[in-house]
Amino acid sequence: MGLTPAGPGPVTEVSTMSPNWVTTRLDFLANWARANSLWPMPFGTACCAIEFMATAASRFDLARFGMERMSFSPRQADVLICAGRLPFKLAPVIRKIWDQMPQPKWSISMGACASSGGIFDTYTMVQGIDTIIPVDVYVPGCPPRPEGLMYGIMLLQKKIKGETFLDKDLRQEHLVGPDGLFLDPQTIDELSEPFGNSVHQTRSA
Amino acid sequence: MTAPVGALRGRFGAAILRDRVSCGDTIVYVPAARAHEVLAWLRDEPGQRFDYLTDITAVEYRDAERPLEVVWQLRSLARRADLRVKAELDKGEALEVDSVWDLWKGADWLEREVYDMFGVTFRGHPDLPLRGHFSRAEQTRQALAANPEAHYSLAELSIAEAYDELPEDMKNRLRLGERGEVR
Amino acid sequence: MSTRTVEVGLSTPGLDPGGNPTKVPLGVKLPGYLPPSDGLGEHMLINIGPQHPATHGVLRLVIELDGETVVRVVPHIGYLHSGFEKLGEYRHYNQLVPLTDRTDYLSPMANNVCLALAAEKLMGITITERCQVLRVIACEISRIISHLVWLGTTGIDLGAFTPFLWCFYQRERLYNLQESWTGARLTTSLTRVGGLMADVPDGFEEGLRDFCRTFPRTLDEVDAMFTRNAIWCGRTQGVGVISGPDAVNYSLSGPMLRASGVDYDVRKDRPYLGYETYDFDVPVGEHGDIYDRYRVRLEEMYQSARILDQALDRLGLLRGAPINIADPRVVLPPKHRAMSDMEAMIFHFKQVMEGVKAPVGEAYLGIENPKGELGYYLVSDGTAKPVRWRIRPPSFLNLACLPKLCEGVLLSDVIAINASVDIVMGEIDR
Repeated sequence: MGLTPAGPGPVTEVSTMSPNWVTTRLDFLANWARANSLWPMPFGTACCAIEFMATAASRFDLARFGMERMSFSPRQADVLICAGRLPFKLAPVIRKIWDQMPQPKWSISMGACASSGGIFDTYTMVQGIDTIIPVDVYVPGCPPRPEGLMYGIMLLQKKIKGETFLDKDLRQEHLVGPDGLFLDPQTIDELSEPFGNSVHQTRSA
Repeated sequence: MTAPVGALRGRFGAAILRDRVSCGDTIVYVPAARAHEVLAWLRDEPGQRFDYLTDITAVEYRDAERPLEVVWQLRSLARRADLRVKAELDKGEALEVDSVWDLWKGADWLEREVYDMFGVTFRGHPDLPLRGHFSRAEQTRQALAANPEAHYSLAELSIAEAYDELPEDMKNRLRLGERGEVR
Repeated sequence: MSTRTVEVGLSTPGLDPGGNPTKVPLGVKLPGYLPPSDGLGEHMLINIGPQHPATHGVLRLVIELDGETVVRVVPHIGYLHSGFEKLGEYRHYNQLVPLTDRTDYLSPMANNVCLALAAEKLMGITITERCQVLRVIACEISRIISHLVWLGTTGIDLGAFTPFLWCFYQRERLYNLQESWTGARLTTSLTRVGGLMADVPDGFEEGLRDFCRTFPRTLDEVDAMFTRNAIWCGRTQGVGVISGPDAVNYSLSGPMLRASGVDYDVRKDRPYLGYETYDFDVPVGEHGDIYDRYRVRLEEMYQSARILDQALDRLGLLRGAPINIADPRVVLPPKHRAMSDMEAMIFHFKQVMEGVKAPVGEAYLGIENPKGELGYYLVSDGTAKPVRWRIRPPSFLNLACLPKLCEGVLLSDVIAINASVDIVMGEIDR
């Protein structure tokens, strides 16, 4: 997904099979099945979780996306939706939950706090869960409207439909580095410029 | 409402350092050493009967010279009266005051929070300062240290007494504690 | 073998190098420890949360079990600690309002109102009559939406999924009204010091009237579903009991306190916003169990609809009245005046750049939040930012008595009791 794994050096496995009509049909089938039956792992912490529940309820209805079966056990989940702010105390928990999810898995960062820390630029808050787990779709909002969350889900479905099983790198697990961070501090600093990360807890210096 | 203040002065005299009314709330200042006595009297005295503990908190002012104030917010449900009791703790000395857990069970978590946030120790609290061994600042520091192999140190665990009977590798892990080596 | 209880962590190996199960001594008698009932001294420690559907937020419960019976429950909180009170030291009073939305996110408008009332008490401001009526409407709408969430999620915890959908549909109707009024469904930021952000739009009153007319039907349906249901009664009656004097001593508030028979409602005992002039009843329970809490909260929703009707009548009489006080030092002037009139522009500038200064002093104000008594304690040193913003969270104190409520119950009762406490972690952890 564009980021080198935190392990030793980039690993590129070249598939011996070249893409052809059969692989594209198989891809289509697998991706269609995966995209339309994503079982969410609702990692709901705060206000966004309430909007997530409202999205799952009868007015907005996630069941039409195949997502009404919430999987609170990560072992059976496909997509981790982090709905709400993530304090540092909760960070190891979400990392563990993410690690417990089997591939193929995706994640949606719902809300401003999960995406970047939101209004909580404080000593307690992780300034974006992408410092801890890889994120596929960011849904902005505080909280995002249910329509916004559904747009994010549809973007994820579109992303999934563009995948291919020949790309081994795609489903490779990106483990945390020895410092407990998914992204290394320089990358975090670069990504958070020019607005900066005034909390700077993950600053390399 | 000056009625409780008058009664307090009558009972405790000089121990009531001062009182004021701010925005309609009556506030009474007591020395930290006598806080428990005053609060117990306020709860049990038939004319006062402040049976409901609304809140315990602390205030630290921006002016570093001012002492830290521990604030007890009391309410008498039957008499529909409120009272705020404050004790000033000098920052140069130990921040300690007696716990009122024996008077109101609701003080349990409230005092733990004041300990975590301000470092005020409550003598006689069932859990402090042992289980809350580390203040919030220390917990934050440990969390930020991001040591994925961190374990609880021996002092925090309730199995400290059983240390001798534990398996060897468990003993090793416990000895390394929170600052153990990163594997 | 000596007798101790050992907390066995996940990293304790199950087998020692010889391939035999690890022997760890168990069964201690520390002071205050409850002896195991079967005398064997083998208790199981299980962990619920912090990620779990039934903990209503990121709450971690460590439960010591003797078979299926709970010996001890230790709640671990702090997984949502966001530094609200610290943030409050760096925000003007009006900038605190969006923060209050996020503490108790199930009833945001009530929190907004509480902050505005506390700041107004600090500054000695009396708000207009129309503002009072609108704030009553805001509080009661918040009560209904909070109790609806509670009802739906408690139903799910105890196995009943359908009322969740009914409740959330009613919430959507109120969310529509909230959105038309404040622009946001959840993070409303309704109030300002001295008034409100905006008056209610056209169509709001009719919408709310329509809601109050039809909402009790949904409550009747839920009532029919639960109140005399054998499963519901069996799981909730006599479970999680706390007596009245104990509830007072543990500083419980709200439906938790009233279900135990203590008739204390901040709206009646320490009225604010003119609640003493409204005609409503406060349901008080008797047994202090989950069932009574359910009945209290259900009835509170009926009463809220009643209050809303009366408030709407008054609103009709106050058509055209101002919602903000007339003090330009506290309330932003209307935009067209700020753009054309020099004085108004200066007032606007000073308020935005410097904030509204509060006099030196302190104020505590408690209101009847859906969860209990929410209190904001503001200490001011004369500047525009509070020295200390203390949130007295009702759920924090309500949760603190969970270990007491769960003494000797079964494991599945712990879930039910936790649901009945009606916690919101944003408020507990702040």
